[in-house]
Amino acid sequence: MSDTLQRIREAPAVETPERMPDTGSRRRDPLSLLLIGPAVLFVLVFFVYPVASFISKAFTFPEWGTQNFAWLFSDSTAIDVLVRTLCVAGGVTLITLVLGYPYAYLMSVSGPRARAVLTLLVLLPFWTSLMVRTFAWVVILQDNGVLNSGLNSLGLPSAHLLRTTPGVLIGMCQVLMPFMVLPLSATMRTIDRRLIQAGQILGASPREAFWRIFVPLSLPGILAGTLMVFILSLGFYITPAILGSPKQELLPNALYTQISELLQWGHGAALAIALLLTAGVVLALSMAVSKKFGARISDASRLEL
Amino acid sequence: MTRRWPLWVVVGVIAAWLVAPTLVVVPLSFTGARSLSFPPQEWSLRWYENFFENGKWLASLLNSLQLALIVSVAATVLGTLAAYGLSRHRVRGAGATNALLLAPMLVPSVVFGVGTYALFLKLHLVGTFAGFAAAHTALAIPFVMIPVSSALVTFDSTMERAARVCGAGTAATFWSVTLPAIAPGVLAGAMFAFVTSFDEVVVSIFLSSPYLETLPVRMFNSLEREVDPTLAAAATLIICFTTALIAIGLTASSRRSRVR
Repeated sequence: MSDTLQRIREAPAVETPERMPDTGSRRRDPLSLLLIGPAVLFVLVFFVYPVASFISKAFTFPEWGTQNFAWLFSDSTAIDVLVRTLCVAGGVTLITLVLGYPYAYLMSVSGPRARAVLTLLVLLPFWTSLMVRTFAWVVILQDNGVLNSGLNSLGLPSAHLLRTTPGVLIGMCQVLMPFMVLPLSATMRTIDRRLIQAGQILGASPREAFWRIFVPLSLPGILAGTLMVFILSLGFYITPAILGSPKQELLPNALYTQISELLQWGHGAALAIALLLTAGVVLALSMAVSKKFGARISDASRLEL
Repeated sequence: MTRRWPLWVVVGVIAAWLVAPTLVVVPLSFTGARSLSFPPQEWSLRWYENFFENGKWLASLLNSLQLALIVSVAATVLGTLAAYGLSRHRVRGAGATNALLLAPMLVPSVVFGVGTYALFLKLHLVGTFAGFAAAHTALAIPFVMIPVSSALVTFDSTMERAARVCGAGTAATFWSVTLPAIAPGVLAGAMFAFVTSFDEVVVSIFLSSPYLETLPVRMFNSLEREVDPTLAAAATLIICFTTALIAIGLTASSRRSRVR
């Protein structure tokens, strides 16, 4: 069987278009257009067109001009929203990194069975409905909720967390943890442990070997994870809407308010552009940084879904 | 090895924080009280009764299931064909096409939701099943493309050439050689598409009407207005449902590793 396959593989191509001599430019293949066409058309009509026509309202609503951006950069609530969104996204990224790093480290050094359990535990929230998890946080964080009755029974004062920004942080970090842990552990698994041993033989203390050899080698994973978590947390709507305070809106929620309550389509579109641009700038920056690490970053960012 | 136990403690706490919150809703759904106080003082099945007897909850569940089924079929067909076309044939601008088809996954759902709302108002699609299906399918296509593309990368294309040499046409080759080989990827894609639609809240909030809402939208609205433990019953049903789906997915992926 494998012999036959081998022969076919080596045989000169008969009527297979892939083997046609390359004439410089790529040919248009009617069959592939037929295969790709429907999906492209669908995405253009039901995704690109609505998004683009909404975003263009930033320049055209209520009239042509840049008045919506003037509003964005002069209105103090709009600036507050932008700054708060960046701070929350940064906070979520930092917390998930600090908590995700030891988790991913243990995943990469433990045996196959322990690793399977740890992977399953981190994937479970990944698979649980966002609505269910957000509702669960309401049950836990509310003033007479699980957390406070636990604190009270320990003799500690209760904490008011529901409808506050710390409450949003707790909920968002749990939702986004898998996006940090998975690329981190994928990178850590590729690190050659003998390098750390070598460092220790050459006189580094275990702590030094960890910080000066292991952590730098895991940077591609750190970059992939922080990028993913930061960009995803910029666009979070449901968790802040339910766990957060209406007085401390994040950008997606402010966008919703501008459109559904104030009917300010232009302001909403300007906020959307700010959101997309921030994500785009972060993406471009990290691409520039990741060039230093070459192909390793793409290994790390490949999520094992 | 002996010094690893503090790490295990830290990781244990993190793991509990990841998993435990979701499990709180399961006992809560059996509470006898009207409030969300935890742990429940008395037990009953009244909230499940309420879920199945209240027309709105049951209707929203059925809407969500129907929608997710249609979306997973539509997105799987469109996404699989596109992934196949992009991987097997040289196309001008393959990279740009790939990026275009993955874009729905990356753009924040509020932006997509508002845009779709504006477009569908003009087309009279707000509050219609077709509107929901179109928007969810656009969102689900990337989640089909990713597993199918990666299945196609590992698939040995020599098999296809062998089939062609043996006289099979393009369609026959795809149907009886390629498709069975990438079936685990396609199945995973269909599952992701189903979950994407079943879970979607933000876009659905924009597209829903008082007469047509999905289960997540119903949960969101009830969480914003009258919170009662029916929500916990709905959440528990969703947990059971997704756990069953994961079990199916895991079985499929273990079959995949045996084939390799």
